[in-house]
Amino acid sequence: MNQEVFFLQNFFNALMLGGLYALIAVGYTMVYGILRLINFAHGDIMMMGVYFAFYTAVLFSSPPLIAAIVAVAGAAGLGFLIDRIAYKPLRNAPRISALITAIGMSFFLESFAVVVFGAVQKPFVQIFKTKESKVILNKVLMVGGARIPLLTFLVILLTLAIFAVLFLIVYKSKIGMAMRAISMDIPTTALMGINVDGVIGFTFALGSALAAASGIMWAMRYPNVYPYMGFMPGMKAFIAAVVGGIGSIPGAVVGGLLLGFIEIFTVSYFPTMSGYRDAFSFIILILILMFKPSGILGKKAIEKV
Amino acid sequence: MSEELVLKIEGLHVYYGAIHAIKGIDVKVPKGKIITLIGANGAGKTTTLSTIAGLVKAKSGKVIFKGRDITNRPAHLVNKMGIALVPEGRRIFPGLTVYENLMMGAYNRKDREEVEKDLEWIFELFPRLKERLKQLGGTLSGGEQQMLAISRALMSRPRLLMMDEPSLGLAPILVEEVFDVIKKINQEGTTILLVEQNALGALKISHYGYVLETGSIVLEGPSKELLKNDMVRKAYLGVA
Ligand SMILES: Nc1ncnc2c1ncn2[C@@H]1O[C@H](COP(=O)(O)OP(=O)(O)O)[C@@H](O)[C@H]1O
Ligand SMILES: [Mg+2]
Repeated sequence: MNQEVFFLQNFFNALMLGGLYALIAVGYTMVYGILRLINFAHGDIMMMGVYFAFYTAVLFSSPPLIAAIVAVAGAAGLGFLIDRIAYKPLRNAPRISALITAIGMSFFLESFAVVVFGAVQKPFVQIFKTKESKVILNKVLMVGGARIPLLTFLVILLTLAIFAVLFLIVYKSKIGMAMRAISMDIPTTALMGINVDGVIGFTFALGSALAAASGIMWAMRYPNVYPYMGFMPGMKAFIAAVVGGIGSIPGAVVGGLLLGFIEIFTVSYFPTMSGYRDAFSFIILILILMFKPSGILGKKAIEKV
Repeated sequence: MSEELVLKIEGLHVYYGAIHAIKGIDVKVPKGKIITLIGANGAGKTTTLSTIAGLVKAKSGKVIFKGRDITNRPAHLVNKMGIALVPEGRRIFPGLTVYENLMMGAYNRKDREEVEKDLEWIFELFPRLKERLKQLGGTLSGGEQQMLAISRALMSRPRLLMMDEPSLGLAPILVEEVFDVIKKINQEGTTILLVEQNALGALKISHYGYVLETGSIVLEGPSKELLKNDMVRKAYLGVA
């Protein structure tokens, strides 16, 4: 394979993977920006979202698109509920209490999935039953001599579209303005007549919806559903958020893409290193924490949790 | 007395843990007036306003707004009822633009045309804000931030405007400007509860004043009389 073709193939893979990391990373960064809380359950919300899609399709024979919409809405509701039940009562407690609760919530969701859905891996692609959907799933496009699966393009385009909507919400809408205000000053936001807990709940719902969307696309590419599937992507996305500058939404995008590119390209160009694939992210995390602890686009130094 | 009260505080007690910050105060704010609460640092002025605004919980006593008991209501509901607070230290949202800061004040309003009119009114009061609409709040000078904080509160069209030391930390010429504006806002119909350490400025523009010392009201009366009162002159106006 010639160099350019090889590069192109990796480029699109990296863009896709980086975009998926970024979608999850945004959820970490939005919640951190508002509550200074690292929502360790975020990766598991993504996992729950994938199960929601899987079971909606399997149990109700709904078309994949409907299943995806139900799952994204379900994950949004789950994120909102988790905030209400687990985090809201701890708003005025020491920050460490909420952090420990988040870790507990992560264990809870994973165990819940093991008990209710079973620990066995399930092939996600089985929800695509019709001939047409299988054709779309397996179609390959030629780009500059490189063979790129159509799915890769769809995932990249969808990710872009989701980010466009997200940026409109956060930077152009009223509730987005309230979200940004809360990240600066909670009591003063309340003085403006804004129901702060409602906006925080919305933020959890939004982040969880994005995680579910990412998870569903993830499961189409890395095709199994299982209770711990949220762990590694969640971890990487968390690293992406920190590397990009936690609390910054553009930072989450930059961090996610950076991680995706480094992971794909190191493995492709140094195949002997592929066993260390997951280690690269941690190395980047350590380097960032050593040389620019606030992250690439972060302003304030991050606090020790 | 038949004048209509916008706000009435009865026997209010507020604690921070074991600290008894407000020890049973009574305050009346009649409609259309400027009422001031003066006192030294730590007297409990901010605590009083924060309790009315719903940021701090009262232990006992009542806050009555236009005849309705609003004691310990959450802050966002208090604001929705028509009370706005210009907080101590201005508390501008530094990462929002001046325009966004103003819109935060108008967050719950649906009457877009009236919001536009109020914006125009604010640009008349503070022409400098209009030039800075797209700038981030954090880039404004202290005086401009104070004007923005007052404007932001006005954007909710409050029935009661509470201000916590609006003159604090401003150059003397700006202090005068701020007091002039407060008077003007009042003359255009807004009832004001003004908290100040700058007793002279506050008493000059207000109708009635209360003197707060370590959580208790030690003196009250028409501002003109307080200006002549020996105790006030000694303790707060620096006149021997
Ligand atoms: N958050 C707080 N926690 C504990 N004590 C406080 C807090 N805020 C104020 N106080 C105390 O309550 C008293 C009144 O403070 P404050 O209302 O801020 O006074 P002022 O605004 O008149 O300067 C002071 O003794 C102050 O130390
Ligand atoms: Mg004060």
